[in-house]
Amino acid sequence: MSSVAAPARFGFHRPAAVDEAVRLLAEHPEAVPVAGGTDLMVAVNYRHTRPEAMLDLTGLAELREWTDEGDSVRIGSGVPYARITAELATVLPGLAAAARTVGSPQIRNRGTLGGNLATASPAGDGHPPLLATGATVEAVSVDGTRTIPIGEFYLGPKRSALKPGELITAVTVPKATGPQQFLKVGTRNAMVIAVCSFALALDLDTRRLGTGIGSAGPVPLTAPDAERLDLPWTDPARFDDALAAEFGRRVAAAARPIDDVRGTAAYRRHALAVCAARALRRVWTAAHERTGR
Amino acid sequence: MRVTMHVDGAETAAEIDRPGESLLSTLRDRLGLTGSKNACEQGECGSCTVLLDGAPVCACLVATAQCEGREVKTVVGAVPRPVRDAFVQCGAVQCGFCTPGLLVSVADLLDREPDPTDPEIREALAGNLCRCTGYEKIIDAVHTAAAALAGEPR
Repeated sequence: MSSVAAPARFGFHRPAAVDEAVRLLAEHPEAVPVAGGTDLMVAVNYRHTRPEAMLDLTGLAELREWTDEGDSVRIGSGVPYARITAELATVLPGLAAAARTVGSPQIRNRGTLGGNLATASPAGDGHPPLLATGATVEAVSVDGTRTIPIGEFYLGPKRSALKPGELITAVTVPKATGPQQFLKVGTRNAMVIAVCSFALALDLDTRRLGTGIGSAGPVPLTAPDAERLDLPWTDPARFDDALAAEFGRRVAAAARPIDDVRGTAAYRRHALAVCAARALRRVWTAAHERTGR
Repeated sequence: MRVTMHVDGAETAAEIDRPGESLLSTLRDRLGLTGSKNACEQGECGSCTVLLDGAPVCACLVATAQCEGREVKTVVGAVPRPVRDAFVQCGAVQCGFCTPGLLVSVADLLDREPDPTDPEIREALAGNLCRCTGYEKIIDAVHTAAAALAGEPR
């Protein structure tokens, strides 16, 4: 079926291809893009928004595919979390671990990384591993395609670098070159919006750390000072709890949390320090068990 | 706007009047299919769980207009009889409000994993809240249903 719009009093546009979708969005800027609906439909159901038109992205087969690009994986913005967990855990372990903590099975069958990015909630589970691995976001409009480094994507709470008329079509995530971790703090194991979360990627080729902090600032953050921690690469056994604790302190210092219904700023900093130290111990141990270095 | 779906095996058309109308509203209020329950309307409780093209989803978070030509199975069409019987037999139903959603989630689990472990059951049902049973009897019912399904020719 091709495009068009419902011949009705309101618009519900069902494009079959991305170029058609961006053209429709340019022609109907009032149309709200919807894929899994796990954020948008909550707002609609609670009358927080009442879209006069919607642009359905679920008919775009090209958004529901991921492709192996050699050193990275290009994930279509419409690939649901359930598939990221099931299909990409080996090459993108940090992102797959985060995807596994999203909502519930029902939510993971519908929710997408593209939606997580478009909503740009500081609490979104997808953001920390994207920051830790240096992912890039691909956005398309009638003017063409542009690539946005993840570090430049988040502008504020629920504000991103995405411009009117642009659709997120894919996220390109570098493949893991070492152990990765994702830790999330919440009141139970499912259906939790993170109190805080932390992602860590250890790159064994460049001997660098990548970090991502969720739900502890106006935007998802990195901890550059923590990434510069001097690790005992020539004598791995010298790694100790004091070093892990210092890493935790630096991560906590990078956070900019507030008090809200899910937790206090002080608790978030404390929990982040614990999570970061734990994550570093785990990746260091895994790296040296695996390689014998 | 007219949307045609396959609901519990039958081609079904609904006339909707706003783009954000949820599949749950359409099923209950326009089609009179009240098996899927409306509780939280934010994807938290799982009472409205249906199979959309075979995958469990919260019907409250699906826009009906996204369902043109797609297959929807509610508790009526998704659940094998032995699953329902196991819930009755094991006392896994108290007030019953969460039951249709749980039955759909259990049917999906047993379709993918005929003999699930307790942790697999808990994970599969993590999106379905029950305020009455404490879940233990629901987990008993899943094991009972698995055994019943294994014993009958598929």
